[in-house]
Amino acid sequence: MTIWIDIGALDDVPLRGSRCVATPTGKVGVFRTADDRVFAIRNECPHKGGPLTEGIVHGHSVTCPLHNWVISLETGEAQGADEGAVGTIPVRLDSGRILLLRAAIAAKAAA
Amino acid sequence: MTERLVIIGNGMAPGRMLEHLLDAAPAAYDVTIFNAEPRVNYDRIMLSPVLSGEKTYDDIVIHDDAWYASHGITLHRGHRIASIDRDAKTVTSEGGITAPYDRLVIATGSNPFMIPVPGKDLPGVLAYRDLDDVQTMLRMAERGGRAVVIGGGLLGLEAAAGLKQRGMEVTVLHVMPTLMERQLDPAAGYLLEKELKRRGIHVITKANTKAILGRTHVQGVELADGTQIPASLVVMAVGIRPNVQIAKDAGLEVGRGIVTTDAMQTSDPAIYSVGECAEVGGQVYGLVAPLYEQARVLAAHLSGDTAPRFVHVDTPTKLKVTGIDLYSLGDFAEGDDREEIVLRDASAGVYKRLVLKDNVIIGTVLYGETADGAWFNDLKKKATDVSAMRDTLIFGQMFQGGTQSDPLQAVAALPDDAEICGCNGVCKGRITGAIRSKGLTDLDGVRAHTKASASCGSCTGLVEKILKLELGDAFNPAAVQPMCPCTTHGHDEVRRLIRAKALKTIPAVMQELEWSTSCGCAKCRPALNYYLVCDWPEDYRDDYQSRFINERVHANIQKDGTYSVVPRMWGGMTSSSELRAIADVVDKFDIPAVKVTGGQRIDMLGIRKEDLPAVWADLGKAGFVSGQAYAKGLRTVKTCVGNTWCRFGTQDSTGLGIRLEKFMWGSWTPAKLKLAVSGCPRNCAEATCKDIGVICVDSGFEIHFAGAAGLDIKGTEVLGHAATEDEALEIVVALTQMYREGARYLERIYKWTKRIGVPEIKKQIIDDLPRRRAFFDRFVHSQRFAQVDPWSERVSGKDKHEFKPMAVVGYQEAAE
Ligand SMILES: Cc1cc2nc3c(=O)[nH]c(=O)nc-3n(C[C@H](O)[C@H](O)[C@H](O)COP(=O)(O)OP(=O)(O)OC[C@H]3O[C@@H](n4cnc5c(N)ncnc54)[C@H](O)[C@@H]3O)c2cc1C
Repeated sequence: MTIWIDIGALDDVPLRGSRCVATPTGKVGVFRTADDRVFAIRNECPHKGGPLTEGIVHGHSVTCPLHNWVISLETGEAQGADEGAVGTIPVRLDSGRILLLRAAIAAKAAA
Repeated sequence: MTERLVIIGNGMAPGRMLEHLLDAAPAAYDVTIFNAEPRVNYDRIMLSPVLSGEKTYDDIVIHDDAWYASHGITLHRGHRIASIDRDAKTVTSEGGITAPYDRLVIATGSNPFMIPVPGKDLPGVLAYRDLDDVQTMLRMAERGGRAVVIGGGLLGLEAAAGLKQRGMEVTVLHVMPTLMERQLDPAAGYLLEKELKRRGIHVITKANTKAILGRTHVQGVELADGTQIPASLVVMAVGIRPNVQIAKDAGLEVGRGIVTTDAMQTSDPAIYSVGECAEVGGQVYGLVAPLYEQARVLAAHLSGDTAPRFVHVDTPTKLKVTGIDLYSLGDFAEGDDREEIVLRDASAGVYKRLVLKDNVIIGTVLYGETADGAWFNDLKKKATDVSAMRDTLIFGQMFQGGTQSDPLQAVAALPDDAEICGCNGVCKGRITGAIRSKGLTDLDGVRAHTKASASCGSCTGLVEKILKLELGDAFNPAAVQPMCPCTTHGHDEVRRLIRAKALKTIPAVMQELEWSTSCGCAKCRPALNYYLVCDWPEDYRDDYQSRFINERVHANIQKDGTYSVVPRMWGGMTSSSELRAIADVVDKFDIPAVKVTGGQRIDMLGIRKEDLPAVWADLGKAGFVSGQAYAKGLRTVKTCVGNTWCRFGTQDSTGLGIRLEKFMWGSWTPAKLKLAVSGCPRNCAEATCKDIGVICVDSGFEIHFAGAAGLDIKGTEVLGHAATEDEALEIVVALTQMYREGARYLERIYKWTKRIGVPEIKKQIIDDLPRRRAFFDRFVHSQRFAQVDPWSERVSGKDKHEFKPMAVVGYQEAAE
């Protein structure tokens, strides 16, 4: 059975912004892009572990605040010349609520 | 013996003539110029960008003082010639200077026509012809209010758009049913009217002006139908008349203009005429392209080459209002023997019309999309039979032969003799030839060697494409680095357009300046946010999502994701109660590290993000505000103890430092800004490596700036001396504002200074008192919106979401 966890309302996340969710397996970043889509990825830059939720959100990417790596919110992969990836967590939107896939939260970050 | 050449008038036509003449025969004449305007030769057609604020007078000077000096030319500025004595071969100015000539050139241009209605001489009624008119308009616009522009032609509409951009409420009165009827057909005139109205300019067509109202100063305009329109400024732009009076008085043959042969010679063989005052082949001209051609012909004759003759060619017209693309050429009246091809795309605001006669283009009107103007002009000039491509002609050149829409290919396909620069009559072959033979690599080089794009600038894009085609990737357009990969514009261009187009939100900037990404990137967004905060302090709503994390949460992120917090200690002064409060906060929140900073304050490091609001609340109770140690803004003002304690101190340096910090805190700047005030030249506050430093001396205050002590090390430059503390404050603040308005985002003050030069900054801040005051006033205005303590705002709940996780998922919940 697929179980989803309700973590809050869409409006709790600012447009072109992000929030973080504390979980037993570490922090998860929840991002809302300009076109009103929501993504969730592990909140640790593959470079030096920078908190991605503190970065600037643009297009479907976020730029890490520590050393400006650009991470794709869709795939979790570093863009451009940089190499590395963070885990992504499936998201569902249901009447204005944001739901994360429990199995993906429970699984330890791939790294 | 060198002959004496005297020129009456120093406008664009004789200026160009002299350039050709000095090329061909540098030593042939001893040249003297009399000019009624008290200035050098400048680009009159660029007055509109000066009015709208997109350029300054300095940008449009064609020949500066050094040019006249280096060519040994005598220029009498502000000397109007009153009479010519053809028997004695002399001219005499109103001021009584008489100069003998062997050959004389009359280049008096035109006079603006003022409609002879009551009130036309009232103060506040202007023409639109020279820099004085523009300066008067700018003075009036500063006071705001309403303006009426009489005349809906090229000049009138440029004036209207400029005044509107300067914040006036503008009404255009036009006597004909549609605007610019001499260049546009009614359909295009209608689209133009709609666009102007969309920009908030009122347009009244079929408007007959009956009188200008007012007793001591203009108060309004009355139309024939009785309508009254209030106005404190009236600009008349209804046409020009060749300025022929002195030629007439001297008995030369005069028709509409001063009649000349096709070698520009008047009825007196020793006297020539060139420019708008001349009538050649029965025509007078009002655009620079034919005048430049006259200049070339005249220069040839004066240098002994009698072959060139002036021949009439149609000149395209373009409107120089940023954001309105309009192109008109030739004859576009309807007629039985004519056919027309029309393309309309209402949603895109595009209208194109070609008029054909015997399968040859004789007229073109393009509105909204003008890229094909050069191609249509070329087909027209060569009288190409277009029947084979008639069906697709209107879609433009790219459509022919089915090539995809690549503008570069379109330019590549133009023949060598296609005209690129209408103003200067430069064809493609001349440009490619110059690039190859002179090894040119940039726009400035092409401008210098061919004049292409050097007048009205509307062909700049075409010239850049030719450079690109010739040089490939070696061509780096005008060496302007784009802000980021989302745009082709450089920082300066973006700043200029934000002001010129009054763009007040990030989406508006991206839309209008054609960003290639949906919402920018981490490079351009913070820059745009700063530019908008700086330019529109009262209107712009700061976009937190476009700020770096430090400025969003008002603390400095550390490598482990915790934050450091630095409260303000004004001028580096503190007290036992402040220190006690800090000690309590450190204990209460278990802050792992406390450090004294180089800017004379205290840094608490290793604070968890969730604790920030509570830390600030406690600090706030002790009277602390944010030290903005994270900001691209005013950071610290470092001081020494000054004459309050020090036996060498000359002034109260601590007091001045505190005053500066209290005045300037909260302001955002392009990059961080650190100040220092030292009480004597021993300089214990290290003011001579700061962004701005003050050194107190017995006679007052030395103001320094543009130092650096980071990646680069650099001593400051001296800006000037202030006698009083008030004056020192005014200079420091004005300098800061000039930097705020001019620098590129993340550009420290020393880099900005290197780019624009110390003399320019001195000129604006030290020599030009009104300008200094204006900078100062703008800073003060902007501070009204900036001086809000971000910490107390957040303690009261602003941006709560920033500091708490959105949710906490427990172990139970997460477990399978
Ligand atoms: C606002 C504006 C926008 C324009 N835009 C365009 C455009 O986009 N494209 C285009 O092709 N053209 C444009 N024009 C027209 C163009 O500027 C003129 O055609 C050109 O400047 C005329 O040059 P000139 O040398 O004949 O005369 P001017 O440049 O008018 O110079 C004549 C000079 O002679 C001086 N003078 C007059 N009488 C005497 C005397 N008795 N003794 C001494 N000096 C005297 C005057 O003070 C003046 O400085 C524009 C004009 C204006 C005003």
